[in-house]
Amino acid sequence: MIIKFFTDLNLCEGKSYMTKKIPVETQINGEEVEFLCEPRQSLLEVLREGLGLTGAKEGCNNGNCGACNVILEGVLVNSCLVLAVEAQGKSILTIEGLRGVNGLHPLQEEYLQQAALQCGICTPGFIVSSYALLQQNPHPTELEVRRWLAGNLCRCTGYDKIVRAVLAAAAKMDMEASVDALVSWKG
Amino acid sequence: MQDILYKRAFSITDLVSQLSSDKDGVKILAGGTDLIVQLREGRRKARALVDIKNIPEANVLSYDPGSGLTIGAAVPCYRIRQEAAIARYYPGLIDAVELIGGVQIQGRATLGGNLCNASPAADSIPALIVNEATCTIAGLGGMRQVAVEDCCTAPGQTILEQAEFLLSLHLPPPRPRSGAAYLRFIPRNEMDIAVVGAGASVVLDESSTVIASARVALGAVAPTPLFVSEASDYLTNREISPQVVREVARMAQDACRPITDLRGTAAQRRHLVGVLTRRSLEKAIQRAQGNI
Repeated sequence: MIIKFFTDLNLCEGKSYMTKKIPVETQINGEEVEFLCEPRQSLLEVLREGLGLTGAKEGCNNGNCGACNVILEGVLVNSCLVLAVEAQGKSILTIEGLRGVNGLHPLQEEYLQQAALQCGICTPGFIVSSYALLQQNPHPTELEVRRWLAGNLCRCTGYDKIVRAVLAAAAKMDMEASVDALVSWKG
Repeated sequence: MQDILYKRAFSITDLVSQLSSDKDGVKILAGGTDLIVQLREGRRKARALVDIKNIPEANVLSYDPGSGLTIGAAVPCYRIRQEAAIARYYPGLIDAVELIGGVQIQGRATLGGNLCNASPAADSIPALIVNEATCTIAGLGGMRQVAVEDCCTAPGQTILEQAEFLLSLHLPPPRPRSGAAYLRFIPRNEMDIAVVGAGASVVLDESSTVIASARVALGAVAPTPLFVSEASDYLTNREISPQVVREVARMAQDACRPITDLRGTAAQRRHLVGVLTRRSLEKAIQRAQGNI
């Protein structure tokens, strides 16, 4: 399915610009998505204001806080520091794409189970960042989790519950993988 | 952010022609982790950006024992950290690369951008200098090579001419019994800008007790990253001793020109230059001796 968004993003701001808008073709959370944007617009701005994907949050808008984290071509990035035009031909995974057919991702479940959030603004960025970590390192140590998440800032909870949630999700995913392996062996 | 145009360059000649015909005040976009923030906050002006991430030569990352390490200007830090050969042969470079931002920044930020941004506090620049890195700069007249220590001229300023751009960085192959290290001081554990950075490298003679050649470079204590050439002259053919290391630390303190700003006072910085120069030189020597 091809979703086309030709929303006039200029009108969202009630302004008009001279710059010609550029069509961008991407794949977002597995769907082909085409949108029009101005070169000055960040990927974060287009995701949120143009495409209605408001999971990624604008915290600092200068690359310090990680609340806008998405995965671009398999690489964790701050979407506030990527121009939307740079996403041409690239795949993007946002927090909205983490939920599977069977419900929440184990990371999302564990963030809830461990109460690893208060206001929730930083949470999508933390979960996407945690997801990128577990993709690369399915069995991280506590220190590895803490170092990896150093570019994600939380101003409410402190980090202990977040770290516990990531470690619990890693263990859970490991167990699920073992059960799957056993089932396929028996089956 | 101000209104801008976005262009892509697909080859070196394409980019040179775009730059030479530019009347817009074009800026080169690699990872964008500095440039996009500066444009958004009005600290740099540009009418147009030209993206170099589609130029094949700017994406090269290759190590060869005979010719050394080439890092294209558009290669993000995460790719450098994935290469086992770089970690093994250039640990002094990895010391600095690991310190640049978090994982999300490393997914985009490039060493080429770190150099062209020309921050006095850039972590990779002292590490590149002590690794004897050179820049390959492309322009209308073809390519030219410039030592990294000669690249920055003032905060945010480089020797690049209007129709020129940084294509790649090149580090010579590591010599036997050589070692390098980079250390920085920040008031917390992670994610901060250097109050002071210090890098050192040594090549030892066959006895591993005498220094054949050495380099020391400092960050955040002058308008540009600072190559301390006096230290190289002093250390050549000198036997390793604690006194010698202390003397180099003192020379670095004399060479630096720190200011007082929000990150630290001039006096604190001068003190830190002594401590960090000593420690990075000791670490470089230990690496050269194969002890770490």
